[in-house]
Amino acid sequence: MFPSRPWRENPQRYRLEAQKCEKTGKVFFPPRLVAPGTLDASTLKPYNLPEDGEVYTFTVIEVPPSQFKDEAPYTVGIIELSDGTKITCQIADCEPDDIKIGMKVKIEFRRVQTHGEHGVLSYGFKAVPAIPGVTTV
Amino acid sequence: MRDVAIIGVGMNKWGEVWESTLRDMFVEAALESIKDAGVDHLDGMYVGSMTPGLFVGQEHIGSMLADYLGMKGLPGTRVESACASGGLALKSAVLEIASGHSDIILAGGVEKMTDCSGDDATYALATAADQEYEVFHGATFPGLYAMMARRHMHEFGTTREQLAHVAVKNHKNGAKNPKAQYPFEVTLEGVMTSVMVADPMRILDCSPITDGAACVIVADLETAKKYTNNPAVKITGFGHATDNIALHSRDSLTCLEATKLAGERAYKMAGRKPEDIDVCEVHDCFTIAEIMVIEDLGFFEKGKGGTGAESGETHIGGRIPVNTSGGLKSKGHPVGATGIAQAYEITTQLRGEAGDRQVEGAKVGLCQNMGGSGGSTVVHIMEVV
Repeated sequence: MFPSRPWRENPQRYRLEAQKCEKTGKVFFPPRLVAPGTLDASTLKPYNLPEDGEVYTFTVIEVPPSQFKDEAPYTVGIIELSDGTKITCQIADCEPDDIKIGMKVKIEFRRVQTHGEHGVLSYGFKAVPAIPGVTTV
Repeated sequence: MRDVAIIGVGMNKWGEVWESTLRDMFVEAALESIKDAGVDHLDGMYVGSMTPGLFVGQEHIGSMLADYLGMKGLPGTRVESACASGGLALKSAVLEIASGHSDIILAGGVEKMTDCSGDDATYALATAADQEYEVFHGATFPGLYAMMARRHMHEFGTTREQLAHVAVKNHKNGAKNPKAQYPFEVTLEGVMTSVMVADPMRILDCSPITDGAACVIVADLETAKKYTNNPAVKITGFGHATDNIALHSRDSLTCLEATKLAGERAYKMAGRKPEDIDVCEVHDCFTIAEIMVIEDLGFFEKGKGGTGAESGETHIGGRIPVNTSGGLKSKGHPVGATGIAQAYEITTQLRGEAGDRQVEGAKVGLCQNMGGSGGSTVVHIMEVV
C-alpha cells in the first residue's frame, strides 16, 4: 500500500477527529467536505469524538480476509459512542461469547492490521470493555 | 416516454464454469437472448459487471464484448454499481429505448469469479464496502450482513430458524431451475449446522462465488411486434436509489433505505402497490437480506419479514412468491449478472414458461437488485402485455 494512503487517515484513526455541523449539530465521521443536504462547505468544524460508548451490533469473523488470517476468529462491531455517533471497529480484550448488544466499551489506540509481504503495520482504534474484565451490560 | 418491453432472454448454465472465459459466457447468453427475441441487429448494449479488473484483470469490456459478439462498432457501455450493476444496465437500456434514441438494446451482465483465489475474490467483493472505515478494521461482506442480522434479531425477535427457512425455500425453488449453480435442496438442520462464516451468518446463509452471464433484449413495443411472437413483457416502472455505503453512517441497520426509496419510485411510476405484485426476485445475497428487502418493498410489515419463508407466504403457491429462480442463494451470484438474471426469471414467469416453478396466473412481477450492503438498489416492475 502506498504510504500516503494510511497517512492521510491518521487524524481519524489516531485521534478520532470528526466534524460537527454548526447549523444542525450533526456529527460526521469520517470527515467530509460538505454536510449532507446543505451544499455549503463552510458549516463543518473540527470535533473530537468521545471515547466511550456501547456495542450497537457485532459479528465474529471466522473466515477472514488475508491480512487478518492470523487473528481469526476476531470480533468486529459497530459502536454507538456516547454522543450518538456510530463507528465500525474490532472489539478486543474479551471473549466473543461474552459480548452483548449494549455492553459498555471505551475506544483505545491499537494495532489494527499488517499489510503485505513486508508486514507494514497500521494503527487505529479498537473497542475494549469499559471496565477491564467486565462484559456484562 | 415510449413503452419499453423485454422481448428476449438468455443465460448460460451458472456455476464454476472453468471451461469458459468471461467473453465466452457473455456471448453465449447474448446469442440466446438475440435468438429468443428474433431480432437481426442491436442499436447498442449495456453490460453490468462489478469488477472484471479485479476478478480477471480485464477492464474496457464494453468494447471487448461488442467485438466478440461480432458487432464491432456497436455502442457498448459497461455499467457498475457493485452487485446492482446488472439492474443498472437494464435501467440504462430502458431509458435509451424510452427516449427514442434507440429501438433495440441488449442489457446484459457478466462476472467471472472463479479464475482467482478465494482470498482475491473476497478482496474484490469487499471493494463494495467502505475500504478505509469498514474493510480496514477486518469487516467482510458476510460480517456486514451478520451485523444487520444481529440487530434485526435484537429489535424484532427474528430467529435463527427464520433465517434458515429462507435458504431452504430458495434451494427448493432452485432445485427446479436447470440453470442454477446449486440445483439441490437443503434442510433446516443442514443450514443451521453449516460452517460459521461470520456469526450468525453460516455458509448456507451466504450466496456463492459464481461464474455466469445473463442478457435480455429490450425494445419499444412497436419494434417488438415486428420481430417476435413472444408475449411482450412491459417494464412499467423502475426506481433507483443510493444510501451510505458504510453501515455505521446509517440511522438504522434494520431498514435498507435505498431499497425502500427505489421501491416507492418504481411503484409510483408503474401505478402499482405491493399487493399487485404476483411474483418477485429479490437480492438474497444473504438470508437476512431477503428478510429485510421483503419488508422494505412493502410485502411484510417491518420486523415481520422473518415469517415469510417460515409460514410459506413467500413460497411458490404462497401469497407473494419470492425468488422462484432459487435466488442468489441457489442459482448463484455472479455479481454483475444477477440483476439481469432476475429480469430473465420474471420475464420467464410472466410468459408462463417457468415449468415446475411457474407461479400460476402471474401477470405483474418485480425485480430488486442491491449493491454492497445496500448502498444502491434498482427495482423494476414488469407486466405481461
